[in-house]
Amino acid sequence: MVERKGALARLLPHAVLLIGVAIVAFPVYLAIIGSTHENAVIANGQMPLWPGTTAFDTYYRTIFVGAGRTTREPVSTMLLNSLTMALLIAVGKIAISILSAYAVTYFRFPGRMAFFWLIFVTLMLPVEVRIYPTYKVAADLGLLDSMAGLTLPLIASATATLLFRQFFMTVPDELVEASKIDGAGPFRFFKDTLLPLSRTNMAALFVILFIYGWNQYLWPLLITTRDDMQTIVIGIKKMIVTSDALTEWQVVMATAVLAMLPPVFVVVAMQKLFVRGLVETEK
Amino acid sequence: MEKRAVFGNRLLPYGLLAPQVAITLIFFYWPATQAVRQSFLLEDAFGLGSEFVWFENYRTLFSDPGYYSTLWTTIVFSTSVTVVSLSCALLLAVMADREIKGATGYRTLLIWPYAVAPAVAGVLWIFMLDPSLGTIAQGLRRLGIDWNPRLNGTHAMTQVVLASAWKQISYNFLFFLAGLQAIPKSVIEAAAIDGARPWRRFWTIILPLLSPTTFFLIVVNIVYAFFETFGTIDAMTGGGPAKATETLVYKVYADGRLGGDLGGSAAQSVILMLIVIGLTAVQFRFVERRVTY
Repeated sequence: MVERKGALARLLPHAVLLIGVAIVAFPVYLAIIGSTHENAVIANGQMPLWPGTTAFDTYYRTIFVGAGRTTREPVSTMLLNSLTMALLIAVGKIAISILSAYAVTYFRFPGRMAFFWLIFVTLMLPVEVRIYPTYKVAADLGLLDSMAGLTLPLIASATATLLFRQFFMTVPDELVEASKIDGAGPFRFFKDTLLPLSRTNMAALFVILFIYGWNQYLWPLLITTRDDMQTIVIGIKKMIVTSDALTEWQVVMATAVLAMLPPVFVVVAMQKLFVRGLVETEK
Repeated sequence: MEKRAVFGNRLLPYGLLAPQVAITLIFFYWPATQAVRQSFLLEDAFGLGSEFVWFENYRTLFSDPGYYSTLWTTIVFSTSVTVVSLSCALLLAVMADREIKGATGYRTLLIWPYAVAPAVAGVLWIFMLDPSLGTIAQGLRRLGIDWNPRLNGTHAMTQVVLASAWKQISYNFLFFLAGLQAIPKSVIEAAAIDGARPWRRFWTIILPLLSPTTFFLIVVNIVYAFFETFGTIDAMTGGGPAKATETLVYKVYADGRLGGDLGGSAAQSVILMLIVIGLTAVQFRFVERRVTY
């Protein structure tokens, strides 16, 4: 950067970074390796650090049959539940937040700021601090063991509303004036002007919210009891039995790999949007 | 800041707000109010009636040594997670910042753990650290360490800290790297001309200029350790052994699940709410500062 560097100084950052990457990746590498060996090899602590030969059987059984003793549903059911839940949460949050941001930015009406604060304060009420009362509300509404129960309580979003509002404030007023002159009402303006302009923001937010939804743990744990409603993140925990002998580690590791694949793929494939979303939701 | 040009409809804005406000009221405000209300009530043993007891539940909570040990566990846990994860991330970010060409490549290789669910992160680390079959655990055995997180509280704490910090490195790395790249190169060059060596430049220039980012990340990491690590703890230790890894959030969950003390559990929730409010306030005051920086 500033002074002339010797070979050692040039190599050092790469060495540190490569070691860092190796340490960060090691747990996942072991999981992949674990999913290719027989349980007997893993259970007596003899697992080598290179792949075994039973990968196909294990993944086939994991996806279509499931771990025999503990979770009675195949992992494909859990994957489908997780996918549905993550998509509903992400799309739901974006939809209701963009509408409320539109309302508080582009309209003047009594109680506007009160509504804005009402939404804003929910930032301070994460599900972890109101676990049982929220559970009781969901139970009273008959939402236990349903997709609505899994997603509805999670789709209010102060962060997304603030983000859209912030973005709308940067949209030039001339655009609204022009639309009005052209005779467009609030619906037309929203659909033809604002939505297309918000596309990148929506995509960035979608990446973050999809991961948020996919990785939910506490709420699904409370709200679902039926095996066929389990998400993969809940299912994998139930596969680990306290006594080692019963845990089918190769299936657990295959499930871990399958549980990581979709969100990791989203992050890596849409890295630019992901970084943008992450930075913007923290503003 | 206000918009100059707005639409005049009277009812439409309420319609647009309706879904968000409905969900907020039903699933956020109502339960939160219930938690506050319940924290002042004492249910009788049969759950038939309840009595308004002012701060009785809080008094019971604060005279329970178990609550203080959970509080201490939470402090140890969140401090360790924050320190481990921030220092690893800072080291990697400083290294990546030096190599401008490779920075984005390394970024791709380091950011993906963010996407791993906390509970899944816990499962990955159990697989490495399980005393009887874990690869790392066996290495520790060979080094003569009697590794047994199922019986040893310190070992259990170490393993949840490692799993939680591991997942958070990518987030911290991303923000540190952005912060480092925003530091003007001319400042660093000026210091170099004055004869400051890299190590000195790091401590006297780079680290102070990075302090807004660091402060922001400390708050974010504390919030993460308090609330989002529930899955990691539940998957790895279930709060054990002997409550050695039971954090405040885990205690609310565990106490309420046993179904006993509703008032006490509600009082704990209210205290957590106050902690969140405090942390959010700190975060927002800081954000204002960050904008002017």
